[in-house]
Amino acid sequence: MRELIGTLLIGITLGSIYSLMALALVLVWRSTRVINFAQAGQAILTTYIAYEIINRTGVFWLAILFAVVAGALLGAGIEYFLMRTLFRHADEGPVAAIAPVIATLGLLGIIRSVVGMIWGNEFRSIAPPVSTTGFVFNGQPLPFSMLNLVVIIGAAIVMIIFSFIFQKTDLGLSLRASAFQPEIARLAGIRVGPIRTIGWVFAGAAGAFAGVLVTPNDILSPNSLDVLLVFGFVAAVIGGLESLPGAVVGGLALGIGVALITNYISTVLVFPSVFIVLILSLILRPNGLIGSKRVRIA
Amino acid sequence: MSSLLVSNLTVDHGAIRALSNVSFEVKQGEITAIIGANGAGKTTLLRTLSGLKSPSNGTVTWRERNILNKKPEDLVRLGISHVSEGKSVIPELSVHENLLMGGLWRRNRSDTNKAIAEAVELFPRLGERMEQSANTLSGGERQMLAIGRALVSRPKLLLLDEPSLGLAPLIIEQIFTVVQRLRKDMGMTVVLVEQNAVSALAVADTGVILNLGELIAAGDARYILADPALKSAYLGF
Amino acid sequence: MHKLSTKKAFIAYALFGWALVLVADRVSELRVYQGATIAILTLAIASIILLTGYSGQVSLGHGAFLAIGAYGAAIAQSYWGSPFWFTFLIAILVSAAFGFILGFAAGRLSGPYIAGTTLALAVGLPTLANQFAFLGGETGLVYDAGSPPARFGEEFTLYKWFFWIAALVVLISIFLLRNLLNSRFGRNWKALRANPTAAALAGVNVASSKILAFTISAGVAGLAGALLGMISIVAPSAFPLSLSFTIITGAVLAGVTSLLGSMLGAVVLVVVPEIADAIAHRLGDSEKISTNLPGFIVSALLILTVLFSPNGPAEAMRKRREAHAKH
Repeated sequence: MRELIGTLLIGITLGSIYSLMALALVLVWRSTRVINFAQAGQAILTTYIAYEIINRTGVFWLAILFAVVAGALLGAGIEYFLMRTLFRHADEGPVAAIAPVIATLGLLGIIRSVVGMIWGNEFRSIAPPVSTTGFVFNGQPLPFSMLNLVVIIGAAIVMIIFSFIFQKTDLGLSLRASAFQPEIARLAGIRVGPIRTIGWVFAGAAGAFAGVLVTPNDILSPNSLDVLLVFGFVAAVIGGLESLPGAVVGGLALGIGVALITNYISTVLVFPSVFIVLILSLILRPNGLIGSKRVRIA
Repeated sequence: MSSLLVSNLTVDHGAIRALSNVSFEVKQGEITAIIGANGAGKTTLLRTLSGLKSPSNGTVTWRERNILNKKPEDLVRLGISHVSEGKSVIPELSVHENLLMGGLWRRNRSDTNKAIAEAVELFPRLGERMEQSANTLSGGERQMLAIGRALVSRPKLLLLDEPSLGLAPLIIEQIFTVVQRLRKDMGMTVVLVEQNAVSALAVADTGVILNLGELIAAGDARYILADPALKSAYLGF
Repeated sequence: MHKLSTKKAFIAYALFGWALVLVADRVSELRVYQGATIAILTLAIASIILLTGYSGQVSLGHGAFLAIGAYGAAIAQSYWGSPFWFTFLIAILVSAAFGFILGFAAGRLSGPYIAGTTLALAVGLPTLANQFAFLGGETGLVYDAGSPPARFGEEFTLYKWFFWIAALVVLISIFLLRNLLNSRFGRNWKALRANPTAAALAGVNVASSKILAFTISAGVAGLAGALLGMISIVAPSAFPLSLSFTIITGAVLAGVTSLLGSMLGAVVLVVVPEIADAIAHRLGDSEKISTNLPGFIVSALLILTVLFSPNGPAEAMRKRREAHAKH
């Protein structure tokens, strides 16, 4: 029983991180209809920036702040300079339809190679800001530490903030309208261009936050967030790409699933299981667990 | 006094010339009906007026200001609202949110709420369905919502693209009645594009006939309606 | 591009192959190895051209199919003792089977979803191989092309043997692919890519057509993977995520609808690391730079191409000619 609770707690921790990444992907998808594969690259760059700040100042919270701001700026920059140029040049042809996706892929490669050129490919680590020893419950330690708790709370705060913004504010309405029907939004007077940039700003900040939170327990290298990107994508798909709450639910479900499989079955089977879940989810419920009844056409 | 002055407007879609040297004027506070068969260039005309399309040649001024090659978002702030053909409603949002959309640019919630109340007064059906998702609305209700959204922007110039398309005669009558009220009570200038030429000319002050991108005739709507020679032009046969 | 008749094309391909053999005799070992690499990349790029350029579907992780083919071939040889040439068939079949599954899933989805799924596959597959002992772990499996037949003489090196095998297999495959693309199937794919509704109305079974494209594309990629495994190793390190990106870049550079361009793309992809190395030397020989610069240049090329001529340079030139003609 204790083991189950411990596993579930780990699962929720993992799930919170996946949810953040999924949120970032869904944010960009909803505001620009692009799957931003470069999100992993953005997050790794901002995480290395956090690494530098920690090395120089030793203050973890300052590092997160810098990383989030950097993530926001980076997101804005990418949207403004890369994505807008892409949409301006967009025309017909098989590749033009998915050109933005390929562009984000190229961007991922560029950012990662630049990170490698600056910092090198060897493994580094970030010292955790709070204790990583498990809480003691009834005299026995749980595999759940203060760091995990911080992660969960941090992610929850971010999700609540985004939820509020999207559903209750004018900005959120502008974001949603611009994502669903940009032309109608423009005819209604919404400045779709800057709104899209804001979508990328939020996503960049969320991704940066996730990247820094997940690294202290793990290694830091140019490729270390790749798996997070994949899991975030799977979580977003399970939750239905259209829905922010769906991203959260998908992330938590995936996190718990991964924790359970790792603990009770074997680490080895994690990835294949996740992949199978992805395929099954896409086949059985193409709109995600929470998605609306509309079939995914585009 | 003329509000909208179109001079020598030429618009191309790639290699196809959609509008060729079109010139006419729209008088303030009047309803001008733009009619013509399919492919006459009517929709292209509206899209150029609202900033969605760039012309190859010509000028268009609204209250003596050039409005060509401007972004639609900017033109809304100048008082031009375009209800585009077919879908001008976002089905994923609620009726209330669709209406709110028209007022976001204003950044003044109380003004917007007032405008929404006025729109609901014109289209009571919307008031009954405020919190419902827009995709539960019928075709006629969606058209009302689209026009309502445009009205929330408090436009001085309203561009309507085929509001009667696919709707039942009763609903069409309701909508045209509202359009007339807009002109009479609020002094709004309306450009009404329609394939339903007879109904459009019946409510309009001025008529403009387009065919294959060219202007065939422009003048008093009643004369156009009565002239048998012109009938073949706008009916297409 | 003028389409040659099949017979003429056959002769052209045969002559080209003969020319390759002559050239291979005269150049250094490094060039011969690079030649083999170019051939393999050409085949991999061709599989993308079939999938994306013709049937309009996206796969961002095609490297996974190369890996599957390589491992399939290696397993067939190491555990079942298959003769070498037969392993190529196994490679094709195994990858095609996976391609079929993915194609089936893709049928329900649109671009971004299948793109992400194939990406997930490409990221995860290497880690999978690391875990299982029978897949050889990190060191991988043994996959042996055997030595060149004795009658070729002492001078005939292993690399030349690799080149001959790769070139032969690729030439035959591209030839067959070309015929396939020019056939009814190719026309169906192009039709459904341009306008699926119209194609369906014209009698094309859109769903099975797309699945067929995915299956064949995966099979071709698997064959390329087996060849890659032959000249390098069948291990996770030979099939990194960057391989998938490299192949897509090559396809985009080539002009995603042009089979002929696939060789051009492959050449660019092999030349770039050389250039990158030269630049890295100038910049001071640091290991950080030299490992990452090729990836940087390839990614930059990808972005630039996608920004300015997404359908390939041929398409961009045609557009410029049209624009000039108007004025």
